[in-house]
Amino acid sequence: MPDLPSTTTILVGVALLAVGTYVFRIGGAALRARFAGSAGMDSVVDRAAVILLVAVMATTGFTEGDGVAGIARPAAVGVACLLAWQRCPFVIVVLAATATAAVLRALGVV
Amino acid sequence: MSSIWRTLPSAVTRDVTLMSLGVALVAISYGATAVSAGFPAWLPPLIAVVVLAGSSEFLFVGVLAAGGGVGAAVLAALVVNARHLPYGMAMRDLIGDGRSRFLAAHLMNDESVVMGLGQPTEEQGRAAFWAAGVGVLVSWPLGTVIGVALGGVIGDPHVIGLDAAFPAIIAALVVPGLRADRKLGLPLLGAVIALAATPVVPAGVPPLLALLALLVMALPKRRRPRRAGRHRSARRASSDPESVEESPDRAASAQRSPCDSSTAFTGCHHA
Repeated sequence: MPDLPSTTTILVGVALLAVGTYVFRIGGAALRARFAGSAGMDSVVDRAAVILLVAVMATTGFTEGDGVAGIARPAAVGVACLLAWQRCPFVIVVLAATATAAVLRALGVV
Repeated sequence: MSSIWRTLPSAVTRDVTLMSLGVALVAISYGATAVSAGFPAWLPPLIAVVVLAGSSEFLFVGVLAAGGGVGAAVLAALVVNARHLPYGMAMRDLIGDGRSRFLAAHLMNDESVVMGLGQPTEEQGRAAFWAAGVGVLVSWPLGTVIGVALGGVIGDPHVIGLDAAFPAIIAALVVPGLRADRKLGLPLLGAVIALAATPVVPAGVPPLLALLALLVMALPKRRRPRRAGRHRSARRASSDPESVEESPDRAASAQRSPCDSSTAFTGCHHA
């Protein structure tokens, strides 16, 4: 196990990360306020949020590091998408996905 | 605040509760991973509260545990969190202008954004955003504490499929809205771009590249028949409806379609 940086150094990093992330959050809202009232802008930013969410789902579901996340997790996320498309309840979607991955791995499929 | 909770339909309350439970499970594996990498027990819960953005925290801790420097860890995590800038733009109306916006901004994350977007009215969207945000604010740090306490006891989270929980949570919340919108093209194109880019760009960049899909909206389009907006159309001036792929009214109503994740429990026969 590599040595971790000193606690103080890590805390400085945490502070920078926290402030930077907050600036993204509040800055996005402030930036939008500048363009308030532009209907085209409203359409684009709403679409952008949905595109980001789907891309986050796809990358966390299907990839690990630089490559494909094996078979079990992508299969599980595929099941989740199918069930969600069929408007299955939230809890069913999430439980079915984790169960799919768990069962596949128990069968030796990673 | 009490009016916000009264505004919530029970289906949304249920979704938020279950989503928070799912987030707590992911947080347990985050806390356990972090302490087994040698971090002090108080650190992961602290990061969970002050950063409150799960995937970037995993990366921050992971880079340090792999022997990377703090600078590299901060940079990588900030790249992952850059999507909160466009999230902030999309959530601007929901977080409003009052002082509460300073807390609301901190509550902005994948879960609260998708819950906020999926509601039929702006009032309900605001209530769902706050409920999901508070749900994550409680469940993420709390789950982290549990994970830290359990440490190595829980073993490999992959065995119970926990690594599929986060993408499944997002799928459960965003996919019903995609179906209702009948606007799959751009999100699918974005996902393909993000997946294709994953091997060649650093973590966190692929979702940002997915936004290139928006360029399709700038392409010239054949005209389509318009539909009347339902909810927010009155609020929005329709300056040049044909300048984008569809009229803003239609986009707004699709985004706020009544048939969304919040109604998944009751079944929705609207669309």
